[in-house]
Amino acid sequence: MEQQVDMNKKVATKPHKKKKRITKDHLLAVSFLLPSFILILIFVYGFIGWTGWVSLSNWNTLVPDFSFAGLKNYIYLFGDYRFQADLRNTVFFTILFIGAVIVMGLLLSALIDSKIKGETFFRNVFLFPMALSFVVTGVVWQWLLNPSTGFNQFLEVFGIQPKWYTDTNILAGFEWGSIEFGLPVAIVAVVIAAVWQMTGFSLAMYLAGLRGIPEELREAARIDGASEFQIYRKVILPMLTPITVSVVIIMAHISLKIFDLIYAMTGSGANFVTDVPGVYMFETTFRGNYYANGSAIAIIMLLLVAVFIVPYLITNRRGDS
Amino acid sequence: MAKNTVFKVLKYTFLIMMAFLFLTPVYVIIVTSLKPLDEVSLAEMWTLPSTIDFTSYTQAFTELAPNFMNSIYLVIPATLISALLGAMNGYVLSKWRFKGSEIIFTVMLFGMFIPYQSILIPLIQFLRTIGLYNSITGLIFTHVVYGLPITTLMFRNFYANIPDSMIESAKIDGASFLSIFRRIIIPLSISGFVVVAIWQFTNIWNEFLFAVTITNSGSQPVMVALQNLSGSQIVQWNVQMAGALIAAMPTLLVYIILGKYFVRGLLAGSVKG
Repeated sequence: MEQQVDMNKKVATKPHKKKKRITKDHLLAVSFLLPSFILILIFVYGFIGWTGWVSLSNWNTLVPDFSFAGLKNYIYLFGDYRFQADLRNTVFFTILFIGAVIVMGLLLSALIDSKIKGETFFRNVFLFPMALSFVVTGVVWQWLLNPSTGFNQFLEVFGIQPKWYTDTNILAGFEWGSIEFGLPVAIVAVVIAAVWQMTGFSLAMYLAGLRGIPEELREAARIDGASEFQIYRKVILPMLTPITVSVVIIMAHISLKIFDLIYAMTGSGANFVTDVPGVYMFETTFRGNYYANGSAIAIIMLLLVAVFIVPYLITNRRGDS
Repeated sequence: MAKNTVFKVLKYTFLIMMAFLFLTPVYVIIVTSLKPLDEVSLAEMWTLPSTIDFTSYTQAFTELAPNFMNSIYLVIPATLISALLGAMNGYVLSKWRFKGSEIIFTVMLFGMFIPYQSILIPLIQFLRTIGLYNSITGLIFTHVVYGLPITTLMFRNFYANIPDSMIESAKIDGASFLSIFRRIIIPLSISGFVVVAIWQFTNIWNEFLFAVTITNSGSQPVMVALQNLSGSQIVQWNVQMAGALIAAMPTLLVYIILGKYFVRGLLAGSVKG
């Protein structure tokens, strides 16, 4: 701002055509950006603040009630059976989902990059689910992993009949708060559907990364007597680390806010075995009119995402300039 | 040499198995949706239809057609407006940086990652107040605003590849901010617009949370209608599958025709670009 004032001054005392044009252009540049920036300030930051305020209020009926409730809604949630189950499910969903997407992406990209026949075909087969909606994925996988049909008709041959998303077992569970903490078997079914949809993302990222590694590097390692596997582990994998970081961050934020896939595929499930904060927030707010509770869930979701995103954005932007 | 052959066989076996697995949902959708009603049973999920029957498509289409049109009315303006604003922002953030512009960019970027649940309640109150709740216009507005971070990011990274020297020499020739945008930047951004438009089109078409909370009944987009179709107990399974295919068709077609650009958008969306 000071700079601009300064420039105007110069223009006023000593008219100079070029300077004047630059000033006008800079103002135009700011005016291009400003509307969007203001929209973001209001609709992202302002509205987050508003949600935060609602989460501290007593608005748990149809009629808005902004009287201050302190942390009442948060305390309620952390003691709530359903929310505790949601946090557990989110932890396991996130770990399994990210792990599987990374492993699948690395494996498939390495194979596709190894000069195979039908490269385009394979790439497209693994990538096309990315173009689909989570709702479509949910509708289809709900049938594929239905215990009485779908994959179970093949698995019958081997005498196994998983209950998929209807399984209420908690693996390696122990008492924690009011729930049993452990791996909810049902969540695996949802992870399979999510991995089917999102593997294409990590595959594309890793493929782009692999294509960026110069062939001379592998050649040099080969001359040094390294095996293909060693080259992959010692040379290529370390070079792909920044991509892995990006994939983890992007998958983490998708998994922490997931809603549509689970809503379309399984819903909360028996005993909330497939429930997640996104589904709870939606149902308690828009079906139950517990606006303050819903806001508190939303704020907790935001904080969880921010833990991943804020450090990532800051380091990423710093490295950029 | 022998070891190499074994490895090759294993490699292709694995890839083909994976490809089969990835295509299973497509097989089930197509096979089921083409079955006549009396062949749709849990026991016969994998069998081919004895005759090809399009009744499920006509039935799904009559159910979804109005919502499908809603999605079209939503996705076209929302994509165009958010792409244009993204281009304007990207132009400034890459070629007319000023003090604080990098901070503004980072502040905007954060909006791309937030769970939309955290702005949903105020947004609905706001849309109610200005009379856009339960309207396609309200949804367009929503998608434009929350699409700004990603379109800005994509265009900024895209324009970073246009050499600064080009802009500088245009400035020396006396070109202004606007004429550089119109005469140099826009003509060079055709592929950028394609990438951003495909990305926005796919995301907005597939989006569900805003759609299900901001609209009801008459103005719902197709994904909400599909979810309602599959959620209702009376609707047959073959109709659900036909509906899923109808709802997925536009983005699937875009992917088949312009897949290269879709992947480029996917890579551009990962911040660094």
